Amino acid sequence: MTTADSAEMTGADTALKVRNLNAYYGAFRALKDVSFDIPRNKVTALIGPSGCGKSTLLRCFNRMNELIPGARIEGEVLFNDENVYHPAIDPTEVRYRIGMVFQKPNPFPKSIYDNVAFGLRINGYRGDYDEAVERSLRGAALWDEVKDRLHESGFALSGGQQQRLCIARALAVEPEIILMDEPASALDPIATLEIESLMRELIRDYTVVVVTHNMQQAARVSDKTAFLNMDEDRAGYLVETGDTHQIFTNPADERTEAYITGRFG
Amino acid sequence: MAAADWASRFRPNLARRKVWGRIWFALFMLAIVVGLAGLVILVMRVLYQGAPWLSFHFLTDYPSRFPEQAGMRSAIFGSIWIIGLTGAFTVPVGVGAAVYLEEYAPKNWLTRIIEVNISNLAGVPSIVYGLLGLAVFVQLLAMGRSVLAGALTMSLLVLPVVIIASREAIRSVPSSHREAAYGLGATKFQVVKEIVVPQSIPGIMTGTILALSRAVGEAAPMIAISALVFLTFVPTDPLDKFTVMPIQIFNWVSRPQEGFRGIAAAGIIVLLVVLLTMNAVAVYIRNRTQRRSEE
Repeated sequence: MTTADSAEMTGADTALKVRNLNAYYGAFRALKDVSFDIPRNKVTALIGPSGCGKSTLLRCFNRMNELIPGARIEGEVLFNDENVYHPAIDPTEVRYRIGMVFQKPNPFPKSIYDNVAFGLRINGYRGDYDEAVERSLRGAALWDEVKDRLHESGFALSGGQQQRLCIARALAVEPEIILMDEPASALDPIATLEIESLMRELIRDYTVVVVTHNMQQAARVSDKTAFLNMDEDRAGYLVETGDTHQIFTNPADERTEAYITGRFG
Repeated sequence: MAAADWASRFRPNLARRKVWGRIWFALFMLAIVVGLAGLVILVMRVLYQGAPWLSFHFLTDYPSRFPEQAGMRSAIFGSIWIIGLTGAFTVPVGVGAAVYLEEYAPKNWLTRIIEVNISNLAGVPSIVYGLLGLAVFVQLLAMGRSVLAGALTMSLLVLPVVIIASREAIRSVPSSHREAAYGLGATKFQVVKEIVVPQSIPGIMTGTILALSRAVGEAAPMIAISALVFLTFVPTDPLDKFTVMPIQIFNWVSRPQEGFRGIAAAGIIVLLVVLLTMNAVAVYIRNRTQRRSEE
């Protein structure tokens, strides 16, 4: 079984439908015919060995990958049944409706407040900024730690706090989906657990897709797991997707089993 | 292998190795001493010759046939005019060109040729720019030997350096910040305006100040433009005639009377103080931003 096992899922429960997605860097094919569904208000983990295209796949969802010179994408990503790669769709719009959190915390060299307000400002937010900043920081479980120093530099925070600031910054523009690219890989174990429990809270209002190379993390945090592998040409392909519990206890594919039991990757 | 026969297989000769180290250390020291000594002798001589002639009226008086009454007023104001206008011309054009090359231009052979040529332009002798300015601004565009023609000529000289410094500053903005902004739905122009340019301003300022401080000391292109005029007024209009500090110094040095040597040296001291101040400001800006980015 190499394709989606959840194609029968109804539209209302599905946040993203990936259909025959191919990604290229110049002549190099990084992703090969990836198709699967990402359920709404759940955490979906993308796992697989280094270089298998997990991050590329994630960055295809909000059209960030095409910012890399030479990158090209074929296939469809359906977001609310609209293909984000349709010529009439503006990639900028996709990016504020599908937010992103990066591997290394990357706050702007601005105050905590201005970091969160940045997305509001550039997207012409018309409401109360103070209220929106507080709501976003609360959403990222950071408010209580920073409420008395909102005008200090974002760099003054610890690594874990910086990453939660980046999550708050993404939440401010009220996206439907939040993509996280190894969000805890640069953090210590305690900060990692904080980010993980935050993901579980976020799915009340958002859909979370997380790339991780940490299998325990995928098992702890996700509801659904997609396992990617790469072929002899180093092109990434989807091996299987399923409920995280099933993938980790009873994988359908022997390559998945080999990977999660640590025999390769 | 046993440690006992180590000595039969190695010949450490530590003493000789250390002597070599000391010889090279002495050579390195000598290099810095030679470089520094030249500078120290130069500065000492200028100070010795010029210090007696320094006074407040030297800064505020116009040039005179009598060394006791000569001052730099017109040269100082001329230099301020030239540098002010040059800065006003080069910063927008230089930063704009750098933003285009770094953020917008496709990476192809054409932009590579442009890049190489900008680097080459930065190495063109300044007199060439002076002659170009004489032909284009003074004569062709009929600006005359004016402040405007001088500042435009100086802008041509400084522009490549400002572009290169600005490009480096723009390149040092982490791509993760650009990505974060794109990820929030920023357009390309918003990324440039909100992230790239604000973060590169300290680097752009440092590079621009250093480039302008070199321009303050440039005599060759200004001699081509302004000729050696004996000015007893301060320019009040971009189309006025002007002189600048290096030309004034050059003028004084070439006078036969003994007193003008001292006056020239005093002029050099004033020029050096201006240059050191500008460089100090540039270093201060650089250090302050370095400290901030390390936090």
